[in-house]
Amino acid sequence: MSLDQEYRYRQTQLETRRHFLRHCTTGLGALALAGLGCSSPSTDQVIKTLTGHEDRMRHYFGRAKRVIYLHMAGSPSQLELFDYKPTLNQLHDQACPQSLLEGKKFAFISGVPKMLGHQANFKQHGQSGAWISNHLPHFCQVADDVCFLKAMHTDEFNHAPAQLFLYTGSPRLGRPSLGSWVTYGLGTENEDLPGFVVLVSGGKTPDAGKSVWGSGFLPSIYQGVQCRSQGDPVLYINNPEGMDRQLRGQTIKAINEINQKEYDEFGDDETLTRISQYEMAYRMQLSVPEVMDIGKEPQYIHEMYGTEPGKASFANNCLLARRMAEKGVRFIQLFHWGWDSHGAGKSEALNHGFLDRCKEVDQPMSALIQDLKQRGLLDETLVVWGGEFGRTPMMENRGGVTNPFAGRDHHTDAFTIWMAGGGIKGGVTHGETDEIGYYGIKDQVHIHDLQATMLHTLGIHHEKLIYPFQGRDFRLTDVAGKIVKEILV
Amino acid sequence: MRNRRLIWLVLFILILMGACSDGDPISYSDDIKPLLNKKCLRCHGGIRSLGGFSLLFPEQALAPTESGKLAIVPGKPAASELIARVKHHDPDLVMPQEGTLLTKDEIALLEKWIRQGAEFDKHWSYRPLLPSPPPSVKMNDWVKNDIDRYILDRMSKTGLTPNETADLSTLVRRLSFDITGLPPDVQHLHTLVGNDWAKEQIETIIDDLLASPHYGEHLAALWLDLARYADSNGYEKDMSRSIWRYRDWVIDAFNADMPFDQFTIEQLAGDLLPDPDKEQLIATAFHRNTMTNTEGGTEDEEFRTMSVLDRVNSTFELWQGTTISCVQCHSHPYDPFKHEDYYRLVAYFNNTQDADIDSEYPYLLEHSDSIKARMDERALEIHQLDSRYLGVKSSGDTKEKVRQLVFPRLFGDFADDFQSVLINSGGGFNNSAYNANNQKNKQYYLVFSDIDLDDIDGIRYHYFSRGDDALIEVYLDNLEGEPVLQTKMIEPAKKDWDWLTTSMMPQSGTHDLIFHFVNTSGDFRTGVVDLKEVELLRNNKPLDTKVRSLQDSLLRLYRSGILTPVMKDRTDLLSRQTHVFDRGNYLVKGDEVRAGVPQILNQNNAEVNDRLDFARWLVREDNPLTARVMVNRIWSHIFGEGLVSTPEDFGTQGALPTHPELLDYLAYHFSHDWNWSVKRLVKEIVLSATYQQSSKASPEKLELDPYNEYYSRGNRVRLSAEQIRDQALAISDLLNPKIGGKSVMPPQPDGVWQVVYNSDTWEAKKTEDKYRRGLYTFWKRTTPYPSMTAFDSPSREFCVSKRIRTTTPLQALVTLNDTVYIEAAQALGAFMEKTGKENLQEAIKKGFHKALLVDPDQQTVEVLEKLFYQANAPRPQLVSLRQETIKLDPYTVVANAIMNLDAFLTKS
Repeated sequence: MSLDQEYRYRQTQLETRRHFLRHCTTGLGALALAGLGCSSPSTDQVIKTLTGHEDRMRHYFGRAKRVIYLHMAGSPSQLELFDYKPTLNQLHDQACPQSLLEGKKFAFISGVPKMLGHQANFKQHGQSGAWISNHLPHFCQVADDVCFLKAMHTDEFNHAPAQLFLYTGSPRLGRPSLGSWVTYGLGTENEDLPGFVVLVSGGKTPDAGKSVWGSGFLPSIYQGVQCRSQGDPVLYINNPEGMDRQLRGQTIKAINEINQKEYDEFGDDETLTRISQYEMAYRMQLSVPEVMDIGKEPQYIHEMYGTEPGKASFANNCLLARRMAEKGVRFIQLFHWGWDSHGAGKSEALNHGFLDRCKEVDQPMSALIQDLKQRGLLDETLVVWGGEFGRTPMMENRGGVTNPFAGRDHHTDAFTIWMAGGGIKGGVTHGETDEIGYYGIKDQVHIHDLQATMLHTLGIHHEKLIYPFQGRDFRLTDVAGKIVKEILV
Repeated sequence: MRNRRLIWLVLFILILMGACSDGDPISYSDDIKPLLNKKCLRCHGGIRSLGGFSLLFPEQALAPTESGKLAIVPGKPAASELIARVKHHDPDLVMPQEGTLLTKDEIALLEKWIRQGAEFDKHWSYRPLLPSPPPSVKMNDWVKNDIDRYILDRMSKTGLTPNETADLSTLVRRLSFDITGLPPDVQHLHTLVGNDWAKEQIETIIDDLLASPHYGEHLAALWLDLARYADSNGYEKDMSRSIWRYRDWVIDAFNADMPFDQFTIEQLAGDLLPDPDKEQLIATAFHRNTMTNTEGGTEDEEFRTMSVLDRVNSTFELWQGTTISCVQCHSHPYDPFKHEDYYRLVAYFNNTQDADIDSEYPYLLEHSDSIKARMDERALEIHQLDSRYLGVKSSGDTKEKVRQLVFPRLFGDFADDFQSVLINSGGGFNNSAYNANNQKNKQYYLVFSDIDLDDIDGIRYHYFSRGDDALIEVYLDNLEGEPVLQTKMIEPAKKDWDWLTTSMMPQSGTHDLIFHFVNTSGDFRTGVVDLKEVELLRNNKPLDTKVRSLQDSLLRLYRSGILTPVMKDRTDLLSRQTHVFDRGNYLVKGDEVRAGVPQILNQNNAEVNDRLDFARWLVREDNPLTARVMVNRIWSHIFGEGLVSTPEDFGTQGALPTHPELLDYLAYHFSHDWNWSVKRLVKEIVLSATYQQSSKASPEKLELDPYNEYYSRGNRVRLSAEQIRDQALAISDLLNPKIGGKSVMPPQPDGVWQVVYNSDTWEAKKTEDKYRRGLYTFWKRTTPYPSMTAFDSPSREFCVSKRIRTTTPLQALVTLNDTVYIEAAQALGAFMEKTGKENLQEAIKKGFHKALLVDPDQQTVEVLEKLFYQANAPRPQLVSLRQETIKLDPYTVVANAIMNLDAFLTKS
């Protein structure tokens, strides 16, 4: 091989993951280790590279240091919560005009459905005069803290692909999730807790499965770690029966002493990494149950959130999110299942199951905003709430037959999400839909725009947060994404 | 004197070369292409060709650009616009417009290449495989086979020397993990080669390991990641899927050392071989590992298409190391593949029957001997009642036999072809669709080929309908002309399943029978008809009820068989055309394309017409990628890193091989004189001195070769997810060595499975299934086994060429706390207690040796001894909790520590 070839070979190697990952003591690898529970051998070195790394990945100042994403899996109806359209009420029970149906794809609606007026009453709230329905009596109080994006739109109208699209930028499997990208870019602030935590309520994981918190082609250290209110708070974190903390500490000490000798003999850096991993695991055994124990929170906090310790509820998860935010967890992802209000059954009817879901989330999500605010954390914590798509202004007529309960089909062209804190203006409504809430007519925001904007608040430019895979630089926003500047502080 | 003359000669040549700066030929693929990829192809490649200029193909690069200027004029750098632009002083005109400018050296390189004639030679991996003699080296006594010559040649140029051979125990442990995925079976080795092993016995041990049935399991673990094998069908509902017979087929094929060319052909096109046997059909389940989306409201055609595209992408990643998926939406950004090339490949895979339906039809059913015997009994009883069935052959294909024995009754699961009809595994079928909206746009067909219609003069349908809008038309042989029969499916009076009979002109001869479902209103309810069966009538009379009930019994037995989805091509009647999808969108169809392989890879313009041709083309002698890619996979499987560190990408953006000549040497022999024998390849690698080196790394070596790219030492690699589990079970003697069978559900923490619209539960088995190898653990795509994913095992939703190894605290928690590791520690602890015979140090040594095959040094023994006493110390707080609180046995604690050592979790 000529010198020139040799040089180019080295260049190629530098650009491959092999180098990327093996090179664990400097650069990104070290950050990964340091940030996500894999401290590397020398703390000094890690801190040095961590700073260097942050310079590289944090492209400019971002107000948000962390994200709490409240995902309403199944997609709640914007027309029963935020997007008030008096005309829709007037059209209630009338056949949908053909012009709205031509060239449209629906998941279930077929033939000519009827229009469905709001199954809610709306009033304006706060100084900003935001429209919020009577189903969210607590949320009205934080109207001036949040920013509504009313003309959201997406490309996918089935749950699993739409969730993948929202979290990975692609409706197909294999790409890293939002939380993975963020922790890949920024690491975490607390070495004793995972950098990307997932909290699930409603009894089911989201439709797209664990891929929505998977790391795709990024190393698995960036995947979300599910923390649970029942059973082990993190899988396998509890010692076996008969092994107390002291003995576990002694065991890990013995393991690490022998591993140190192993390192002296073989000189493999991986051995050092493993030593620090075991120490980290030992610390996590303390820090995870501690952060997961909401029992010690004062009574007024429990009343504020409506929490009941020991239950796997959305309320508990909101409180846990705040506790984790305080501890410096980078990305806290909540999923609450059960919003798929088709009206085919009672549990998924807008006037039954949907109302239960509203009750489950209204108080805690409002409390979360207030609590973060009173602790001075809201400015640096980006809170996002929403589903994977919206719902139709038409009543669902599954297979051409009117459903037994009031319900709406999946809708990609218009839905509402809200954001708060972390560099987002409060008391703002951005975007507008037409008179029946069917299409966005002003300031439309696409899923890739939302992703770009979220990364922006964290100080990351979405076009620069890349990972080389299969010969190409991949990014969360694929080849699109516009930052929604109007809503930034 | 002669020497001096030689020196002068050399000097003269050197001076001459210096004077004539263009003496060194510049290689496009080695020197120029990487530079173009980095600086130019983003805007002048397969996605964009700004200014009408693209560098992807030579003919484009040499063509006039939009401005009319020639970017490259061979031989004349000064006349080449490309050179002018990269040197330009005007910031608005200088190239590249995005990113950093070219350096002087890079510009000089481009100029030199153009001056030399701007030849476009092929990228290294597309060049033909040519054998070259191994280099001669000095340290001949170190060399064990030719691999070592290539390795040593490169190593010595950097001033490195190889390590000594690893000590025998370490080597045997390494060999055992690399060949069988398990730690060595010491007892067995003692019988094989006695108690004291010698270097000379290594080959005997290697042969023994290669003959072990566990070899196939270990190789299968590699293959199944590529084949995206899983026990569920993915997406939202992620229902269980019965496809484990394919997993066992892979194990058996590796164990039998099926030549890799045959292995390739059977998986990709076993169904198209002449008279395929059952195993060859099972092999085609390879591409039935794609996912099925049964979420309500999804469009089946969309997800069928996704599966077909996945088949193309996976095939190309797996066999050709080519990231063809880029070409789905546009021409490849960097590699020489055109947009339509992709769809010509799609055409090979686009004509199979599978259609994203719940039942995964078409599938193969296999039956146990006892079921077969009972089926034979039914057949006999049917013969006795009705002599017309005597003509049914007693041997041969089970499905065909049953089909004849139930004739003239027709069921969906015996159809020879279908379109849009949903067939369920009970044989029923209907014309509904997951997405009701698309229902009216579809054509619904069910085809039965070669039906004997002698004396048939009527048809009756066993059906259920919610309205009167469904119509069934019957066509003979083709869809042209008028149907021979039309039957309106009137809503049954009792709103229940009912029979509907229509008579027709008596028929004769053998015909293809085509049922066409028409929804006259397009309504999802009133125009949908469910059918359990269709019975052809002779003399307008149904079959005798006794015969019918025997047939029903036979069908129940038949349907209770083990189901495996397989590939099956459509009949000519329903064959599909393939179109280019504009920007990859399946709804926007462009030109129709014919099947074909990309020109750049088709060395001798072979005719490659169908899926079978295509499979054969992959393993043709003149397809150099297949052997290179596979050899690299096996190398990587053994060393933990490939000769090409991007096994998924041998294109121009992938890594270059560290040892190109060695890669070609192995690839050539693998595909020629070793007759595609994977065992032979594995043996060659593990017999090399390169492989057998100690993995100790001196500071000097770490400095010179931090990533061991020169192989001047053995690699230390963390064991895989499967190996970590298997090792713990094996050294504690808990492992159940059973090969194959249905996937098992060893204990996992409660509440892990929470999949929507799916009532499947994880049923931890108390039986010996608890201790099967990790490979057999039920693989649920949306929720894979958590203790294995902690160690980087993938979800198997798509083809994975390389697991990224990580080291995380979650892994520590698994091996410290997961039930199976505690049970293994208890077993190892019990062994220590028993063999130590009350001598603690002895017990520790025995346990350590059992786990790692080497004796611990004294310091290690003391550390573990101390731990033992710590564990043995009274712990009042435990006793006070609950009367029956178990105090962990101190031997278990020590064993738990041993089983968490770096040396234990690593292959040294």
